[in-house]
Amino acid sequence: MNDNILLEVKNLHAGIDGKEILKGINLTIRQGEVHAIMGPNGSGKSTLSSVLAGNPTFTVTEGEVDFHGKNLLDLSPEDRSHEGLFLSFQYPVEIPGVSMVNFMRAAVNEKRKYFNQPALSASDFLKLMRQKRAIVELDNKLASRSVNEGFSGGEKKRNEIFQMAVLEPCLSILDETDSGLDIDALRVVAGGVNKLKTQDNATIVITHYQRLLDYIKPDFVHVLYKGRIVRTGGPELALELEEKGYDWIKQEVDNL
Amino acid sequence: MDLKTGDDSSIKGNTRDKGEEDRGLINDVTSSEYKYGFVTDIDTDIIPKGINEDVVRLISQKKGEPEWLLEFRLKAFRHWLTLEMPQWAHLDIPTIDYQAISYYAAPRKKEGPKSLDDVDPELLDTFNKLGISLDEQKLLSGMAVDAVMDSVSVKTTHKEKLAELGVIFCSFSEAVKDYPDLVKRYLGSVVSYRDNFFAALNSAVFSDGSFVYIPKGVRCPMELSTYFRINASGTGQFERTLIVADDDAYVSYLEGCTAPMRDENQLHAAIVEIVVEDRAEVKYSTVQNWYAGDKDGNGGVYNFVTKRGLCRGDHSKLSWTQVETGSAITWKYPSCILAGEGSVGEFYSVAVTKNRQQADTGTKMIHTGRNTRSTIVSKGISAGYSQNSYRGLVKVAPNADGCRNYTQCDSLLLGPNCGAHTFPYIDVLNDTAVVEHEATTSKINEDQIFYCNQRGIPTEEAIGLIVNGYAKEVMNKLPMEFAVEAQKLLQITLEGSVG
Repeated sequence: MNDNILLEVKNLHAGIDGKEILKGINLTIRQGEVHAIMGPNGSGKSTLSSVLAGNPTFTVTEGEVDFHGKNLLDLSPEDRSHEGLFLSFQYPVEIPGVSMVNFMRAAVNEKRKYFNQPALSASDFLKLMRQKRAIVELDNKLASRSVNEGFSGGEKKRNEIFQMAVLEPCLSILDETDSGLDIDALRVVAGGVNKLKTQDNATIVITHYQRLLDYIKPDFVHVLYKGRIVRTGGPELALELEEKGYDWIKQEVDNL
Repeated sequence: MDLKTGDDSSIKGNTRDKGEEDRGLINDVTSSEYKYGFVTDIDTDIIPKGINEDVVRLISQKKGEPEWLLEFRLKAFRHWLTLEMPQWAHLDIPTIDYQAISYYAAPRKKEGPKSLDDVDPELLDTFNKLGISLDEQKLLSGMAVDAVMDSVSVKTTHKEKLAELGVIFCSFSEAVKDYPDLVKRYLGSVVSYRDNFFAALNSAVFSDGSFVYIPKGVRCPMELSTYFRINASGTGQFERTLIVADDDAYVSYLEGCTAPMRDENQLHAAIVEIVVEDRAEVKYSTVQNWYAGDKDGNGGVYNFVTKRGLCRGDHSKLSWTQVETGSAITWKYPSCILAGEGSVGEFYSVAVTKNRQQADTGTKMIHTGRNTRSTIVSKGISAGYSQNSYRGLVKVAPNADGCRNYTQCDSLLLGPNCGAHTFPYIDVLNDTAVVEHEATTSKINEDQIFYCNQRGIPTEEAIGLIVNGYAKEVMNKLPMEFAVEAQKLLQITLEGSVG
């Protein structure tokens, strides 16, 4: 196994209520890489991100996923998080009455507990919040409000990237982070993601559109269709899709 | 208690099955056992079981009461004999044999303890187990603690400091001896012995409780606090609390309860009466964690309480805040009679039921004065096979112009087998009133839990976080020290061994 492989998905099958959605996904992601996963509606993009994050709604029926030497499928969702997997939700969930500050403190300290580190002091924690807030230009007021409650679409997505900044994952999955964003918000969010990019971490960007990829430059572009990755290429593939749509790929696959 | 039938918007929990994990979680939440179950072995002075006029006389005699109080008890007892237990609540109450209950139990004392050193070490230990050690309370929190063990006050602290301000905070029995005129004037003035079955019973056999009087213009500088415990096996508990805030006075009063584990059911029928005079304000906060019975509903305390305040003075204010997690059966409606012009009544409640617990709780806001305002925020949380009902009355009298009420009544369901019910009664006899009622029913959803999980927060902590968030509006109303305790209690109550 190559040393800098972060995630290796082999023949992953998963579904919901007995209906198979992912039908044999193979994907290798190395440190420092950005992978874009594109595809028409209903191809299984969001299912893939949910399954990797451990959403219990979905059942894995076959396949293996190695996450920097650990069997990802054996880990609970919270341990996957502690091990450095982060999912930016397409629809961030509202939790009324729970302030962002309390929520993030619980998240940060659970992670520290996992690595046998003492909980952060209040002042250190607030310092961390301030510092990370700047990355996505998140308003102080949002941080003291209840988790995602009453946030606009753009604020929710910004808040996701803020959490990503705080938790410092090695693998981030951005599930349609561009949906519902205007061009300014898109720039801020993408800027945040780029600032967080290092040689050691990796990002999976799930999107319908080329637009986001203008800001977050992918090294690889995969096309997901009917639960399989049917094509992989460089950034030029995204441009081709933008121009020609998915029909030509659908036809190729369906004619096989 | 005379609540007419209203519309019943019952909602039964019916969660979609989302896999085993969810079911496991619900089981854990449903089945966590009571953590404060233990019985203290202390000599107790118990009179024989059963009730009749002689027993009432004996209680009065044991307490060395004056004739007028005995008369009060006897009148109440005779009235009680004519009553039957109320059946209108959404509760399934097993038959109670009132002759099988002992109506008086007092810890036997050699001499009255003068300091903590004189207090039975085992008793102190009990309080320590509950995390409410007297010395700690006394030294660290600056709170005055009136600890009630069974029926007789064991220890009262900080009395001297309060005495300087003219604040009276003592056991009910002491008040009868030392301030008979005050007691005589106010006893039964808000909750008459004729009020209801349990009020009549309490008035006949009440053992002890607390008395508070805040004189004119005095802001009580510390939170007054009483911890009730039920201890002697097979004894009921009949507390009586009377709080009077004179003109321009202010007091915040805390009541907290836990009880040891036992097999037989215990009856608790307390009365709390509060009188609020001109421009005075009383905050009454309760954290209640009595033994609720085991997983199958065996044992547990029956909590049938009558709590009512009279905002008699103009611009007076009474605020009830309660966090209820215990008792097998709860029947409780802390109420406000808003008689003074511009007086304000508030009710903030979190009621948690799990296993086989049943709660029928809420409030009554009776607007008889002009420009009176009331706010009701009720948050019910049901788990397991429990039944959790909100029952509330908002009444506006014909002459009470310009009244306002806002009611918010939320229910949260954890699991498919519990029930949440709302019985709001609104009786408005004046055209100028503005009465609002909002209600929601929700379930903790898997998406919220998964979102927390994805951020590294395990399910158990996530539920604690979500439930505390849901109850925040009410928790925020609790005094600081109490809020922390209550938050912990919510977490412990809903805690299981997930995973």
